[in-house]
Parts: sequence; C-alpha cells; structure tokens
Amino acid sequence: MRKFIKGNEAVTIGAIYAGCDAYFGYPITPASEIAHAAAMHFPPLGKEFLQAECETAAINMMYGAAAAGKLSMSASSGPGMSLMQEGMSYLAGAQLPAVVVDIMRTGPGLGNIGPEQGDYNQAVKGGGHGNYRTIVLAPNSVQEMCDLTIKCFELSMKYRNPALLLADAVLGQMMESLTIPDGMLEKQDFSSWSVRGDAVTRKNLVCSIYLEPDLQERHNWMLQEKYESMRCETMAENYLCDDADLVLTAYGSCSRICRSAVDMLRDEGFKVGLFRPISLYPFPEEEMNSAMGGKDVLVVELSNGQYRDDVRLHLRDCDAVIGLANRMGGNLISVEEVLSKARDMLEGSP
Amino acid sequence: MIIRSKGFYDEFERKGGRRRTTHYCAGCGHGIIQKLIAEAMVDLGIQDDTVFVSPVGCAAFCYYYLDCGHVAGPHGRAAAVASGLVRAIPDKVVIAYQGDGDLGAIGFNNAFQAANRGDGFAHFFVNNALYAMTGGQLAPTTLPGQKTTTSPYGRDVVNTGEPLKVCEVFNQLDRPVYIERVSVADSKRIKQARKAIRKALEIQKEGKGYAFVEILSPCPTNMRADSVGAAEFVTKEMEGYFPLGVFRDRSDAETACCMEVAPKTVEEIVDADYAGDVIADMPELRERRYKFSGFGGQGILSLGLVIADAASEMGRHVSWFPSYGPEQRGGSASCSVVVSGREIGSPTIDHPDVLVAMNQPSLERFLPTLRQGAVLIYESSVPLNVEVPEGVNVHPFPAARIASENGVAKAANTALLGCMVELGLLDMPEAEIAEALRRSFSAKPKLIDSNMAVFEAAKEYARKELS
Ligand SMILES: Cc1ncc(C[n+]2csc(CCOP(=O)(O)OP(=O)(O)O)c2C)c(N)n1
Ligand code: SF4
Repeated sequence: MRKFIKGNEAVTIGAIYAGCDAYFGYPITPASEIAHAAAMHFPPLGKEFLQAECETAAINMMYGAAAAGKLSMSASSGPGMSLMQEGMSYLAGAQLPAVVVDIMRTGPGLGNIGPEQGDYNQAVKGGGHGNYRTIVLAPNSVQEMCDLTIKCFELSMKYRNPALLLADAVLGQMMESLTIPDGMLEKQDFSSWSVRGDAVTRKNLVCSIYLEPDLQERHNWMLQEKYESMRCETMAENYLCDDADLVLTAYGSCSRICRSAVDMLRDEGFKVGLFRPISLYPFPEEEMNSAMGGKDVLVVELSNGQYRDDVRLHLRDCDAVIGLANRMGGNLISVEEVLSKARDMLEGSP
Repeated sequence: MIIRSKGFYDEFERKGGRRRTTHYCAGCGHGIIQKLIAEAMVDLGIQDDTVFVSPVGCAAFCYYYLDCGHVAGPHGRAAAVASGLVRAIPDKVVIAYQGDGDLGAIGFNNAFQAANRGDGFAHFFVNNALYAMTGGQLAPTTLPGQKTTTSPYGRDVVNTGEPLKVCEVFNQLDRPVYIERVSVADSKRIKQARKAIRKALEIQKEGKGYAFVEILSPCPTNMRADSVGAAEFVTKEMEGYFPLGVFRDRSDAETACCMEVAPKTVEEIVDADYAGDVIADMPELRERRYKFSGFGGQGILSLGLVIADAASEMGRHVSWFPSYGPEQRGGSASCSVVVSGREIGSPTIDHPDVLVAMNQPSLERFLPTLRQGAVLIYESSVPLNVEVPEGVNVHPFPAARIASENGVAKAANTALLGCMVELGLLDMPEAEIAEALRRSFSAKPKLIDSNMAVFEAAKEYARKELS
C-alpha cells in the first residue's frame, strides 16, 4: 500500500505504526505539519495530543508520559529544539524512551525558516548538559521520514534513551510516495522501571540524581557503556564508493543533491561515489572508513563544517584531502555547486 | 527531624543506610506537609494508584520518604511532568509538589497553564517566601523589605515586584476545582492543612480535576530564626500578604468530560490510496524536471500535484517540492516536480526541463535558468520581456482565457495541464492524467465536469495553435 504524502506527515504515520501513545508539541515552521497530522489522527486512535504552552513544557510532558511507560513524541525546529535541551538531558539521565523530531531551519537565533543543517552539533553531540548521548537518525526521503521515525522509537525503547530524527525543511515539506509499513512495532514491557500508578510499579523511582558522587559516577559509567553498546546499530548507505576516486559525503537532503551530482559525474566518466550516514549517533565509523579510506573526500552540508568535523574525527586516513561545499542561511546547495567543487578536486586544482 | 508516619517507608533506604530521619532542618514545614500527604494517601486507599512528582528544591527528595511511585524531573517542571502523566495514566492519582521558586518563578507558566487546562492532579505549592535549597535567595513570594541573600537590603518592590499571590491568580481561571491556602506554622493550622490536603486527594480519587493547595511553610534556616521565630514569621508576617482560606470549592459540581472523537482504525487513518506496492525502476524512462510558478491562488501547487499524483499512481519515482515560507510571501508560489525511472536525487531543481510560468516574476526568476532543449509554457497575457536563453522552446498559452471561456475562471492551471498533455511533455497516458485531475477534485466533485471541459478545450487549442 502506498500514499503520496509530505515528509512531515510521513513522520506522524511512522509514529502511529511505532505505537506512539502521545504527542506534545508547540507550533513552529517548518515542523508544524507533524503536529497538524498528529492532532488530526491521534485522538480517533485513542492516543493523546496536546499543544503545550512551550517546548519546555512539551519535553517535560514527554518526561512524565515516558515515566509512566508510555511512548511519546514531539517535533520542533531550531529555537524550540534549544528550549528542549534541558529536558533531553533529563530524559537521558533518567533513561526514558522518547522521540523528538527536528525539522531544521536556519540559525543562529530566530533564523529564517529555510532549510539548514546547523543543528548537527546540538543533536549529535548532546545539546544539553552532562555526559549523555542522543540516538540520532537522519532520513533523506519521505519513506525514511516514516521508517526512521519507527526506528527511533525502536532504538529509544531498546536503549531507554531519547532518540532524535534529524531532518530539514526540504524533507519535511517535500512529497513522495510512501510505502506503508507492514505492521506495528512491538510494545515492550516497562514494568521494571516505569511508574504507572499500580502495585507492580509502586516501588519504582524515575530520577537522574545521585547525591553520592560514587553513585553518580557509576551511573555515568553505566550510561557510557550503554552508548558504546549502541555501535551495533549504525546505519549508512554506500552509493558507488567502491571504485571511486572521490567520495562525496552528506546526510539528509544534501545527500539527495549529492546523488544527482554523482550520477552526472559518472555519466561524464568520473569515478565518484556517495557515502551517506543514516545514523549520526551512533556514527557509522566503520562503514565510513571502508567507503572512504584512501580516497579524497568532499563533504557537502548546509552548515559551517559541523558534519565535516565529524568526518575528520572518524576518518582514520589522516592524509585524505577533505573538501567542503556548503551553504547556509536557507540557501540550498545546487547540484552545480557540488559538481564544480568535485571537478576541481578530481582535476587536482585547489 | 525524626518522623514516623503511615505512608512513609519504614526505612529511608534511598537516603542511604538504614536511616529514620529526614533531611529537613528542625522546624521545617516540608516534613510536616509530606507526612500529611502520606497519611491521606493511605487513609484514602490510593497508595498503589499514586504517582508523586517532586520538585527541585529542598523537597527534591520526597522519594526518600513517601511510599508510592515517584518521578523527579527538572526544576520548575513538576506541573508539566504531571500534565504528561495525567494523560498517560488518566485513571490514576497524580501529585505535583513544588516550592515557590519552582512554581512561582521558573515554572510559573507551566503551573498556570496546567491549572487553566484543569489537568487532573493535586498540586501542592509550598510557600516559604524564599529559595531555600540554593541558599535563601529572593523568591517571587518574598515579602516587601524581607532580607534574603539576593535582596540583602530588603526586597525592593519597585524593582522586584510585590509578593506573588498564586491562589488569587489561579482563582481567575475557570477550570480549577479546588483552591485553598493553608499553613503548617502551628498545630491548629496543621489541622486545617490536613483537611485541605485530604480534600485535594479525594478530588483526585474521584477524578474530578485540578486541585491546588498552597501551604505557608516555615524555613528556620533561611528565615534566620529558630523554629518558633520562623513559625511566628509565617503567621504574623506572611499571612498578612497571603490570607488563609478556601478560594474555591467546586468539588460538588458536575465533572466535565472530554469531547468525544469518533474512533477510527489505523487503516482508516492512513487511508493508503494506491494498491500497487512497488515503485519499479524504468531505466528507459528519461527523467523530467518540471517547475511550476505563479501567484499564490493560481493553483500552481495543485497543478504540480496532479502530475506527481498520476506519476506516483503509475509506480514511477516522483517528488514534489513546494516553495514555502518567505518565498511564498508577496504572493508567489512555485513547486518542483521530478518524475524519473530511477531513484530521484535532488527534489529541488536548478535547471528545469519544463517551466510553466503564470506571471511576470516567475519568468524573471526562472526563465534565465532554462537550458538548451528546455520548454517554456507561459500565460500569454503576461508580456514576455525577459530574454529567452538559446535553444529554449517557447509556447505562449492563453490559459486564463480558455479557462474563463469554459466557465471556470480559476481553472487556468487545468488549462495548462491540457497544454502539457498535448505537447507530450508528461510521458504518461492521457487517461492517467485525466484520472489524477478528477481525483484532485474528490472533495469538490461539482468542479470535475467543468474542469474536464477546460482540459479538453486547452488540448484542442494546443493541438491547433502550438504543434
Ligand atoms: C534550571 C535550573 N536552574 C536553577 C537550579 C537551581 N535551583 C535548585 S532549587 C532552586 C530553588 C528552590 O527554591 P524553592 O522552589 O522555593 O524550593 P525550596 O528549596 O524553598 O523548598 C534553584 C534555583 C536548577 N536546579 N535548575
Ligand atoms: S533550608 Fe529551609 S526549607 Fe530547606 S530543609 Fe531547611 S528549613 Fe526546610
């Protein structure tokens, strides 16, 4: 079964198939259609929808719902994401499952509502306080807006950790065919830690503080081990990298633009490939090294090199030439700009 | 302070060791209040059903003592956490407990909005006229002239405002069921506090809605007094600004119910419209990149959608990407449609193969991006005074005239669709396009016939005049 829909609506459909119980959110362009769809579709399914008074309230309502063992979500963009960071840190500290969708707009500050990828560090490095990580998945199509939303819920439950779907305005606003998921995500039993207001969970406590430094440290070590154990969940796409001289790398909507560039360069006889990380945390380090090791690399992003920094961090080949083609401010990078940068690198000019 | 109370754990293991003392200073109101809550919880038989949300403040560790489910969230957010909880477990008893910094300052709006929504939880607000945990700073409830660590010269109301009267503020709202201010400064007052707390929990047990109890509470440590002095300060000074009493009791009124929404199944909601489940690769199909542009209201976005919908129905790869936001302002709208036989790269278009332009700004903006072999169709009533790039095939088309001649002035977009079909720009059988056009009017079936007439007339014009 298929449906031709907007990326933002596909997120809500994904949430429905993931068994999300509640949506708490505050309107912001270009993420609002996710809330519109949830407001329309959640109540007839017996799910909760509430427009919160601000993003801080929304993330804390999610904290409450998650503490009771329910799956909840919110969607926002730049300024709202910043307001949610304290809550993200608490969710991570208290080990609660919840899914937040960031449809990135421009920044810093208010920014305009055009597409950008400037929230990379905030999302991937943990934008709140403390030694925590958020699971971050980056879709590049309407299909993945749905499928990776479901994956976010799955991983969020599995690791009892907040998960973030990091998309941008292009993916939120565009329409493509969505193949409807086969079935519902399986619910997990949260009775060992949740607080549901019943005899079984009466002795449970959801919190993120240990007054005793040794206990707080032990908690931190346990979290680090958990983040380490997430490595087996990495996801990436390797498009024609194997024989490539130059590998383009990008995530989200930029990777679509790169794919067009790769196809055109291949038509011209250049050996070019595309490496696309799908999980940004855990970062697909192995996949990246096997796709890009020993090759020149062109990073394409709608931010100031935030993603390139991670490429540098994870690429073991220290001699690799790492180029950057980027735009900011709501300007999309054109296929042409990518092509010309790639040709420069292929032809060895600076 | 040693407290034995029903509803408390026998030993405070979470506090570390096998201790029986609380962490509160002697003469502190928090311990008394929590004891009253615990007792009421047991007496009402709701201990298993209760989830307690603690604040960040001196009472952050309520979960050391009260034997029920516990959630501890961020400073100021207990109300918001409770608002989430009551939606997750609507039939249970939820308690939020907050200090006057927690509720009155950082979290005020969350508390206020929860009260305004009438969220079904018991809200206990402990007013000790200062921030205790962080070292006795000014709170919104600090009395005029009162010295705190951040008002060392005394509270200056001109700069920092008058004491915030939360009961009085919340009493302006319609949805709260119960609002009362009590004190735990002496045993007579504690009796009344016990009653109020019990009342708030009864209201929860019966599922009646939001109940707010403000409790004036001594903090000897930061009021810079002994237990007696602190209690006296509460009674003599604080009560002057914060009068005790019941502000509202609507617990006997009929409980309002949520609006009913007719239930649906997931299948009904998702309403997937295409049965064909795979999008097949068709390497022989050339990729076409269409740009549609005009004024908002000219149906530019839906013109693109009809074509995208037809292509999708046929199992082709297709993307539709609209202009949105600032680009839309000033009345312009455009969308990009890519139809391909293989997975689509960029859904955005730098150089369209086909440009359909309905106004002057569209020509100015997009015509220069066309390349050799591209096709331009434009509304012929718009003067073409933009230079046409070499090798572009230009088709002026009187879409507006054809639409109004056929009785639907607004259907210029449908006329352009007919023109594109006739010029063979869509690589799809006409029947599929016509079907998609009909589908696009499924919400307004009355418009189908007239639009089909425009579609046919446009095709005929294009056949005669353009080919
Ligand atoms: C976001 C944030 N800001 C500041 C703090 C520090 N802080 C902890 S408790 C508190 C004030 C508590 O005062 P109140 O709510 O009046 O409770 P009391 O200690 O008096 O019972 C503050 C400012 C924090 N934990 N989080
Ligand atoms: S500092 Fe004040 S509020 Fe905190 S425990 Fe001591 S008396 Fe109670």
